Amino acid sequence: MANMAQAIRMALHYGEEKLGVKEIFGEDVGPPLGGVFTATQGLKTAWNSPLDERGIIGAAIGLAWAGQRPVAEVQFVDYIFNAIDLLKIAAVGSWSSGGTFKTPMVVMTPTGSGIHGSIYHSHSFDSIATKLHGMKVVCPSTPLDAYGLMISAIKDDNPVLYLKPKALLRTKGEGLIPGEPSDERQLRDMIDAPIGDRSQWKPRWPDLQEFEIPLGKAKVSKPGTGVTAVTHGRMAPITLEVARQLSTEGAGEVEVIDLRTLIPYDWDTITGSIRKTGRVIFINEETEITNFGEHLIRRVVDELFYELKARPRLLAAKAAPGIGLSPNLEYATTPQRPDVERVLREMLSEP
Amino acid sequence: MQLQERREPSMADSVDPQFWLLVHDIMVRTRCLEERLIKMSKSGEGYFWIGGPGEEAFNVPLGLSIKKGAGLENDYLHLHYRSSGIILGMGAPVIDTIRQMRAVATDPYSKGRNFVNHPSIPAWNVLPVYPTIETQYATAIGTGIAQARAGGQGITIVNGGDAGTAEGDFHSCLVWANRPILPLPILIIVVNNGYGISTPMRDQHGERNISDWAKTFPNMPGRTIDGNDPMASYRAIQEAMTYVRKERKPYLLEAVTSRLYGHSSSSGANRVPEPDCIKAFEEKLTSLGLAKRERLEMAWHTNQDEVDKAHQIVKQEPFPKADDIWEHVFAEKISPSYPRKGGS
Repeated sequence: MANMAQAIRMALHYGEEKLGVKEIFGEDVGPPLGGVFTATQGLKTAWNSPLDERGIIGAAIGLAWAGQRPVAEVQFVDYIFNAIDLLKIAAVGSWSSGGTFKTPMVVMTPTGSGIHGSIYHSHSFDSIATKLHGMKVVCPSTPLDAYGLMISAIKDDNPVLYLKPKALLRTKGEGLIPGEPSDERQLRDMIDAPIGDRSQWKPRWPDLQEFEIPLGKAKVSKPGTGVTAVTHGRMAPITLEVARQLSTEGAGEVEVIDLRTLIPYDWDTITGSIRKTGRVIFINEETEITNFGEHLIRRVVDELFYELKARPRLLAAKAAPGIGLSPNLEYATTPQRPDVERVLREMLSEP
Repeated sequence: MQLQERREPSMADSVDPQFWLLVHDIMVRTRCLEERLIKMSKSGEGYFWIGGPGEEAFNVPLGLSIKKGAGLENDYLHLHYRSSGIILGMGAPVIDTIRQMRAVATDPYSKGRNFVNHPSIPAWNVLPVYPTIETQYATAIGTGIAQARAGGQGITIVNGGDAGTAEGDFHSCLVWANRPILPLPILIIVVNNGYGISTPMRDQHGERNISDWAKTFPNMPGRTIDGNDPMASYRAIQEAMTYVRKERKPYLLEAVTSRLYGHSSSSGANRVPEPDCIKAFEEKLTSLGLAKRERLEMAWHTNQDEVDKAHQIVKQEPFPKADDIWEHVFAEKISPSYPRKGGS
């Protein structure tokens, strides 16, 4: 079973073989490293760029305007802030040109906490990303979703910001990617670069098949009638695990919605669930001030107020300037499993 | 500033004298257009004005030199907001710029969304222009990569102002264009009009010439020319373009020009006493015996008439509708559940 980094790598391979991707680039994206999280190892069109985020995003925009479908990487989302006006240009391009130019490009970047990354390797960018109107924003939580979202992102005619939860890049999920061998060791031997000299190494790719996760379509990871938990990225598997535990205990049934796409978000699935449960919490690891979940709460209050049995809630990171290196500091700042369990138990026990 | 001129063009030059009359005609058309836009801004028929009066002598010969069309085989243009002479040199009609000034629904460049002189023309690879002063140097990298891979004759042309070269994107463009592993066929242009809004360039930039940045790279030509002289500009553009097309490598060209109406309407858009490239060109054409004064005066009447007629047409055209804001948010139509109320 592939981990998320392998899944992204296989989707990119499918993209360069079947979808016309000719340029996959960024800092350390090409050989010998193949990406700091190995997501681009062995790809024939992957290459190393200068350490220049503005140049990377600018290059992607120009390639897209030249009719290509580039995939660019910013090595950590913490370093994307200096390229934000270029991201804005990518996002506004179709609108500001009156629809004359499309910008079909994917920018992928590891996001969020969970690897003891300290101040500059733990940021979330989700809420800021959702303010780049005209850009689609996705964030998978399983390898299979990562594969399908990348294929859809490549095929999409809009710029897509593909947020890779860095804490999940080494995790495995449920279900095989179409074409993936069932033996993990076999897959590793086929597509993981060897330690040491890899100058002569070439991957042996499985016969991968197209598999799309439509952009804008959320997933109900677990059905339930007690509480709706809307989440994505690193918080999605934590929320699902807690929900399953609570179900096993008989504490109640949480319906877990994994957004997968933040923009455009799947409002129909969210509202359908809330109409059923009457209780909702939005769980993410962004800081709480001007949090994307706050927008969703406001919309829930506007449109579903009389169907709510309790106040809509948000579980988010604390609005500290950064995330400290010490685990005590990181865990106190970003939501952890006990936080999810506490708040879901509270909500299930509310009258 | 040290101009690096070659030699003055002479009658022996192979350029057809009729070509200079064409250059003059489009320079005049550009000036008539810009002065009309300024009047529209001041009279309330439009809003913010920014443009390129004073840069015609460089921009028009550049526009006439473009390999024009769509796709990698033709030139890509990453322009800034003083480039009216370039697109008019390419053959763009004045009425479309007037439409963008008036922000009418018929504006083909942005449907009434962007400032004047911010064109986007997919049929000619003229890429969307933004009010940022430097981002075009970053986006030029991408079309440059595509054309480096494709080979052929198409090149990427990027232009910006002297002030924008202080931004990192200018240096990104220099670094990426000169990567030893994949040099890029980009003609990197800086039009140096001596000011960043109200701030004199000489107060902020210690470089002798901006083109001296080329010296950092062992194989990159760099040159500063008199952008107020269309003959010198044309020759320099031809030399630079020939190099980029043939060698598939970058070239840095700095053109020193006047700025005749200040930065924009925000600074009053009033005429300032700087050398006027059209007046000087007319003196040159008559002294060289290439044109009679009457012919040159006729160009002013003809072009003014064209601009006036276009202005009258645009005044009758409709403005965008409120619901138009939802067009082109994405490449496809937005879904019914996309938030559209603007709050509660």
